[in-house]
Amino acid sequence: MEVRFPGDERPPAWKIVFLQYVIALAFLGLLIGYWRLQVGRHRYFAEQAERNRIRNLPVIAPRGRILDREGRLLADNFPAFSVLLMRETAATLSPARTAAIARGLGLDPAELQALVDRTAKLPSFQPIVLKQGATMDDIAFVESHRTEYPELDLIQVQQRLYPKRAIAAAMLGYVGEVSEEDIAKAGSPYRPGDVVGKSGIEKEYNSILMGRDGMRRVVVNSRGQEMGELTTVNAHPGNDLRLTIDLDLQMAAEASLGDRPGAVVALDPRTGEVLAMVSHPTFDPNEFAHHIDPAEWQQLMTDPLHPLMNKSIQAQLAPGSVFKIFTAAAALETGTIQPDFSIHCPGFVTIYGHTFHDWVWEKHRGHGAVDLRRAIAQSCDIYFYTLGKMLGIDKIAYFAKHLGLGARTGIDLPGEASGLIPTPEWVERVFKHRWWPGETISVAIGQGAVSVTPIQLAYGIGGIVMDGAFQRPHLTFPNQLAALGADPPEKNDRAFPLSANTLEALTGGMYAVVNDGGTGAGARCPGIEIAGKTGTAQVVSSELQQSAKGKREFASNAWFVGYAPFDHPEIVVTALVMQGEHSAVAAPVARDVIKVYMDKKAGRNNAAPQMQVKLEPKAAPAGIVPLEQNGKTP
Amino acid sequence: MQKSFSLRDIDWLLLMLALGIAIIGVVEIYSTTAHTALAGQYKKQIYWLILSLVLALVVSRIDYHILLEQTPWLYGVCVLALVGLLVGGRSHANTRRWLHLGSMTFQVSEIVKLVIILAVAAYFAERGSRTVTWGDLAKLGVLAGLPAALVALEPDLGTALTFVPIAAAGVFLAGIRWPRVAVLVLAGLLALPVGWHFLRPYQRDRLLTYVNPTQDTQGSSYQVTQTKIAIGSGGLWGKGIGNGTQSRLGFIPVSHADSIFAAFAEEQGFVGTLFVLLLYFALLLRLLDGAQMAADRAGAFLLVGFAAVLFFQVAINTGMMIGLFPVTGIPLPFMSQGGSALLFAFLGLGLAMSVRSRRFIN
Repeated sequence: MEVRFPGDERPPAWKIVFLQYVIALAFLGLLIGYWRLQVGRHRYFAEQAERNRIRNLPVIAPRGRILDREGRLLADNFPAFSVLLMRETAATLSPARTAAIARGLGLDPAELQALVDRTAKLPSFQPIVLKQGATMDDIAFVESHRTEYPELDLIQVQQRLYPKRAIAAAMLGYVGEVSEEDIAKAGSPYRPGDVVGKSGIEKEYNSILMGRDGMRRVVVNSRGQEMGELTTVNAHPGNDLRLTIDLDLQMAAEASLGDRPGAVVALDPRTGEVLAMVSHPTFDPNEFAHHIDPAEWQQLMTDPLHPLMNKSIQAQLAPGSVFKIFTAAAALETGTIQPDFSIHCPGFVTIYGHTFHDWVWEKHRGHGAVDLRRAIAQSCDIYFYTLGKMLGIDKIAYFAKHLGLGARTGIDLPGEASGLIPTPEWVERVFKHRWWPGETISVAIGQGAVSVTPIQLAYGIGGIVMDGAFQRPHLTFPNQLAALGADPPEKNDRAFPLSANTLEALTGGMYAVVNDGGTGAGARCPGIEIAGKTGTAQVVSSELQQSAKGKREFASNAWFVGYAPFDHPEIVVTALVMQGEHSAVAAPVARDVIKVYMDKKAGRNNAAPQMQVKLEPKAAPAGIVPLEQNGKTP
Repeated sequence: MQKSFSLRDIDWLLLMLALGIAIIGVVEIYSTTAHTALAGQYKKQIYWLILSLVLALVVSRIDYHILLEQTPWLYGVCVLALVGLLVGGRSHANTRRWLHLGSMTFQVSEIVKLVIILAVAAYFAERGSRTVTWGDLAKLGVLAGLPAALVALEPDLGTALTFVPIAAAGVFLAGIRWPRVAVLVLAGLLALPVGWHFLRPYQRDRLLTYVNPTQDTQGSSYQVTQTKIAIGSGGLWGKGIGNGTQSRLGFIPVSHADSIFAAFAEEQGFVGTLFVLLLYFALLLRLLDGAQMAADRAGAFLLVGFAAVLFFQVAINTGMMIGLFPVTGIPLPFMSQGGSALLFAFLGLGLAMSVRSRRFIN
């Protein structure tokens, strides 16, 4: 091909000038565009760039540990991961995106969408916890999808661990995500995703146990990976809390009660310190540490034996014959009888035209001639029916109330029940009918409308044997609370002194219950002087019980309240075996606990000195407890 | 025709403008890739820059008429090379754009651009100053369309599109009657739905995003959103070299290559943007000035063709950064990291100098 180059055929000059103008115009347009972005909307885009690169990550403060009185761990923490949703990027979460994330994390898409919608109003620097206790699969999902889902991040948290699992579970309580009602309360310090105590000690002392979360401002790249740290606000770990519980006694009580439903409370009557508190059936609070299986929750809620209930302070039951101590106290203090007051017990008595039977009437006999000591020892119903008729309801109620029954003891646990000491006013107010005198006869032996909690019986008997000094039961050491700057619980220790005469008669009777042919022989323990009182409380009428023989839920509750040493009481134990048929089954439970206490004390005095446990008010974050103790992989 | 070498024959202003932009590019490549896996890229760019500069000076010594005479076989080689790439090329990130020469890779389409400029100039020089006929348009369509189609198949739609301004500038310069322009525009509009059919899903996404930038900011419009944040956050004075958070933390994809201007605008602000755009503007005016003074029709067509490609690439690239155009893979000439693109730009510059040094002087 021959190419010709005729010089005079150059294109007209105006065309090139025209092109120059076109270019000039285009550049002007570009400059205007850049001006509008870089100068006009600089502030907006600068903020967007900062949001892109800066991420505010919470530093979760570990919750304080819960220890027994010797420093043994009852509640600890272990490291786990939570999946967070960071909401500062320009991204808006579309429903499809949310669903994809839900699939990746094994969450219910609808539930996750609801969470996202619910938290949409919150300030965007606040991340949302999507999943606690992330599994290895969840962690792998987040790490491998950093490009697709840069809004997801992981933080290490300290998750609650109860190394003793179901031991003392109802008393310790459990933790969970703070409820929306709690967040909504005025002055609430909580934010969504905070882990708070939901029941028991965890709830009562939440403000001590819960730390203050910190915050890290970090630089992240487009994949959400951390590139550097800007500022850090340190987290303040929660404070360790030492309980008055003695794990040895607790374990002994748990073991002795075994599979049977019931409760055990052990108090030091000199101080009110709770040494053991058992409620069966129990549950594993570790199950609540992140997300409880709905089926499991349903089962716990509908179980007729109420595993979540702390029966030590919440079960309101008829005290049965244990109440006879209180009836006797009323009779002696009012001078209605003297300790040598005797009656003949034929096995039944007719009062107000109604025949009342003694519990031994089943065997078609009576107790014969009984004075107060024998009446207490053998739990003679006829004797106390007689006292009831002589006293009247008002005097019985007055003394029962002043000796610690029918009202909350004020223990430092949430949800304590008050029980009930019935009075004519109460019957008229609630049932709109006049007090029927026959009801007094039932109340005199702890049946009828009277109801108490296990802790009330320990508190009441403990106060009586301490010569009327009633120490408020408590689970924490006041000086530790004071050192932590917490408000000490109100001090409602009371004095209601009984005459020496009365005290001698009552304690003498309780000594005979265990040691002198009484109903509590099962509590006898060589080398230890244990005293106490048994009780068998019907939950239904005798007639129904007869007709439904063998039905467990109609079986009577067995009580035993015992204390030791007899001369100078240091421990008082209430044992309740529900559906236990007969008080004989409860006495050994109390004995087992008392024996451990006394053996330990003897060991302390003679043998190895106890390890001194130092407890700093602000202990460093807990060490990690070996996972085998938990028995499951986090 | 070979003259003895003289420093006065070099268009120093043109060369300095281009070198200035290229050096700014190297600095920005360094700034945006330091501390990343691509940390050594700026050195590679310097080697390519030196090589390109030397070749540009060599080309500027060659009479462009000699080059124009080589057009037929050069064109043939280009088409064969493009076909060869499609058939036997190694796939890289699902595209076949790269010719592998040992450890080096080379983007053939960049050189094809230069050959098309030569071919168009040669065509119009040969056919004289009559206005463009339908026959001319058909021939041009094949001339530029064939390699464009081959490049589009790689797929590299951006580079394929750069062939359009070359042909269009030629047609404009040669002269065309308005009714024919109208028909062409109408035909183009009618072809749009057909073109849509041939687009790949990611290309469709980019177009949709362009129309509606706020849709799915984490998905397909992510890139535009993030480059705009980068540019806007730069403000008037910029964040300073090495301080561009958007580019350094990976929010702007390929911030050293196609998106280098966003990274630059973030670090140098509007002042930097203005400076570099003015450099490009001066460069383009200088090229068109050369066209005005060209000794003959072929020289003028060469310069206008080259200026048209440069202008198209600069405008589209900087424009798409702020959302004025849909995102396409068009590098910023002289600035973006990439040896073949740099080589193309400097070889074009060599051609321009060759034309200017043989200019028509009254």
